[in-house]
Amino acid sequence: MGVATRTAAWSGGLLGLLCVTILASAAHGPVGVELPVVARAALNAVAIPTGVGMVTAGVRIGELTLSVPVPDLTYTHPFSFAVPDTQETIVRDIRLPRILLGAIVGFALSTAGAIMQGFFRNPMADPSIIGVSSGAAVGAVATIAFPLVFPFGLQAAAFVGALLAAFGVYVIATENGRTPVATLLLAGIAIQTFLGAVISYMLLQSGESLEEAILWLMGHLQYSSWGRIEETLPVTLLFFGILLAYARDLNVLLLGEEDAHALGIDVERTKRLLLAGSSVITAAAVAVAGVIGFVGLIVPHMMRLIVGPDHRILLPTSALAGATFLVLADTVARSGPAEVPVGIVTAAVGAPFFLFLLRRREVHAL
Amino acid sequence: MIELDDVSLSYGDVEVLSGVNLTVERGEFVALVGPNGAGKTTLLRTINGILDADSGGVWVDGDPVGELRARELSRQLATVPQDTHVGFAFTAEQVVEMGRTPHRSRLDWSDDADPVDAALARTETEHLRDRNVDDLSGGERQRVLLARALAQEPAALLLDEPTASLDINHQIRVLGLVEELVSEGRAALAAIHDLDLAARFCDRLVLLHEGRIQAAGPPGAVLRDPGLGEAFGTTAAVTRNPVTGTPTVAAVADRPERDVSVHVAGGGESGVVAIRSLWRAGYDVSVGPVPEGDVAASLAGQLDLAAVTAPAFGLPDEETRRWARRLAREAEWVVLTGGPGCDVVADAVDEADQIHASFADGTSVDAERTLRAADARGDGGQLTVVENQAALLTAVEEQLE
Repeated sequence: MGVATRTAAWSGGLLGLLCVTILASAAHGPVGVELPVVARAALNAVAIPTGVGMVTAGVRIGELTLSVPVPDLTYTHPFSFAVPDTQETIVRDIRLPRILLGAIVGFALSTAGAIMQGFFRNPMADPSIIGVSSGAAVGAVATIAFPLVFPFGLQAAAFVGALLAAFGVYVIATENGRTPVATLLLAGIAIQTFLGAVISYMLLQSGESLEEAILWLMGHLQYSSWGRIEETLPVTLLFFGILLAYARDLNVLLLGEEDAHALGIDVERTKRLLLAGSSVITAAAVAVAGVIGFVGLIVPHMMRLIVGPDHRILLPTSALAGATFLVLADTVARSGPAEVPVGIVTAAVGAPFFLFLLRRREVHAL
Repeated sequence: MIELDDVSLSYGDVEVLSGVNLTVERGEFVALVGPNGAGKTTLLRTINGILDADSGGVWVDGDPVGELRARELSRQLATVPQDTHVGFAFTAEQVVEMGRTPHRSRLDWSDDADPVDAALARTETEHLRDRNVDDLSGGERQRVLLARALAQEPAALLLDEPTASLDINHQIRVLGLVEELVSEGRAALAAIHDLDLAARFCDRLVLLHEGRIQAAGPPGAVLRDPGLGEAFGTTAAVTRNPVTGTPTVAAVADRPERDVSVHVAGGGESGVVAIRSLWRAGYDVSVGPVPEGDVAASLAGQLDLAAVTAPAFGLPDEETRRWARRLAREAEWVVLTGGPGCDVVADAVDEADQIHASFADGTSVDAERTLRAADARGDGGQLTVVENQAALLTAVEEQLE
C-alpha cells in the first residue's frame, strides 16, 4: 500500500475518531444534553466562509484605541436543525468553542512535537525545546503582572514572546550560515533557563495577579471563544500544510545532515523552514492556551509506535491524535467538582504513560 | 566526470588538502588510498559539496560544485557514507526509497517502486527490505546504503570505505558491483583502506599522504612507488596474487636498514625461508643461482632482489655460474641453504664467509647436497651450521661483529 493511501486511511480514521470525541465531549457537562441534540447543534454551528471583506476594528493598546482595517469573513450556515434554544446555546456558545480550541491546540502542539523530535533526532524533544513556550510565558506573565507596562493584550504578547525566543535561540546557535542541531539544543536549554528566571522574578513582583499568571502557566482552555478559533485555526492549518509538504525532507534529514545533503536536500534551508514552521504553530497554540505540556511529547511518540517513522504519515496522524487527546484531557479537566487546568491533566496522564512506554523498551527503538 | 583542480582546504591552521589535482572519467573506478588521516574522507566531502575548498575548483560533469544546488548535484553524484546510524526505525526499503528524493517532487507521494526494487536486487538486499535498518549488521547496512545510492541513478559514485565493515565475500561482491556499475559508464571514486582490494578492482590508485597526492596511476605502479612506504611509514612488499593475478601488498613493519650484504645460494622452501628472514631483518640480499620458476626465484622477483636463475632442469651453464659466483663474492656473507643450486656457489667462494642453514622448521634439506657443498669448500672451520631462522639471524649477526 502506498504512502498516500496509508496516510489517507489513517487520517480518515483518526478524523472520524476526533469528530466522535468532540461530540461526546460536547454532550458531557453539568447540564446533560442528548448526543443527537449535540450533533444537530454542532451541525447548525458549521459555518462555511463565503467571502472576505474589510472592516474597521478598534484595537486597544492601553488607553488608546486605534482603528485599523481587519479582514472580515462572511459565513453561510448550511444546516438549520430544530434544537431547543438553551441547549443550542450551551453547545454552540459554551462547549464547542472550548472543545474546538482544545482540538486545535492539541493538533498544533502534536505537529510541532513530531517535527521537533525528528529535527533533533531525539525522542525527548518537544515543541518548547527551542524556548517557544518560555518566550510565550514571559510575554503572557508580563502582560498579566504589569498590564500598564505591556498593554498589548495577553495573546499577542505571548505569541510575539514565543517567536522572539525561538528566533533568539536560532540566531545564537547559527554561525556562518550553519546551525548545528546540538548547539541549537543547548542554546534552547540556556535560553529556557534564563527566561525561567525572568518569569520567576515577575511572578514574585506580580502581587494580586499571581494566581492568574500561574493559571496561565499551567495551561488551560477556560477563555475559549469563536474569535480565538478564528485567529488560531488559519495559522495552524497554513503552517501544518507547509510542514506536511516538507515531511519527506524531514525523513531524509533523519539520516543525518551529510546524507541528506548527498540526497539533494538543502539542509540549512530545510532546517530553518522546519524550525520556523513548528515555532509559529507552537506559538499560536501556546498564545491561546498557555503552556500545556506533554501533548507534544507523548502523542508523536505513541503514533510513531503505531504508524512508523515516516513523517508523511506520522505528521497528520500525530496532529489528529493530539487533537483527540487534548479534547479528552480537557473533558476530564472540566468534569471534576472543581475545574483544573488541562495542563495538569495532560501531565498527570502523560507521565505514567510515558514511563509505561519506557518500561516496555519501546522508546529504545527510537 | 569528477574534476579537481588545485584544491586546498584547511581546518583552522591544519592544512588537510593541499594542491590536489584529480580527474575521474566515466567508466573509471579510482581508489583513494593512504594512511589514516591522509585526507581521503575530506577529499570526498569536498567533492560532494559538504565542505567548501579554500582554493581551487571542483567540477562534477562540468558544473562547479559550489554553484550547484544540492538537488541538482545529487542527481549526478551519489555518496555511500562509511556507516550511518539511522535511528527512528526506518526499514531498509524506506531508506533505499529516500535515494529517489532528488528525482521526486516534494508533494509527489506516489510509489516509485521500480528503481527501488532494482537497487535492492542489485545489492542483494531484497530479503532485508522490511527489516529495521538499525537492526541490520554493519555489512548489511553498508549494502543498503549502496542500494540507496543506486536508487539515485547517479552518473558518479563516491564511496567512503565501502568495504570496511564487510566480510571477505561481501567485500568482493560490493566492489565487483561497483566495477560493474562503472563498466556501464559511471565514474566511481572510493576511499579504500585495503590496498589489495583497491589494486584488484580499481583502474587507478591515487595515493594521498598528508593532504597531497603522493602517487597516482595503475595499481602496480602506485604500489611499487617509494611514496607508498613513506606514506604508511612502513616497508611494503608487492607481490602478485597467484589467484587473482593482481598486485598485492604486504606491509612489513619497521624493516631496519642494515648496510650488510648477504648472498643466499639455493632455492626451494629453505631458500625462501632464508631470503625472507634475512630481508626482513634488513640485510641487503642477493640470490642465486636458483632454478627458474622456483619459489625462491619468484620471491626474489617480488622483493626486487638481485638474483641469478638457472634453467629448471639440467646444470647451470657457465655464464650463470660466473654471475652467481660474482654476486656471492661481492656479498659479505653467503648462506648455503642446501636447496637446489647451492653447490654451484659453495665451491667457488673463497673470500666470503659462509653459513650453512638447514631449517628444521618445516623445510626439507637435501643432506647429500649440503655435504657436497661443505666438502667443496674444503675448509669446514669457517662453516657455521644453523638449524632455524632465528639461529640463522643470530649467526649472521655474531659473525658480523
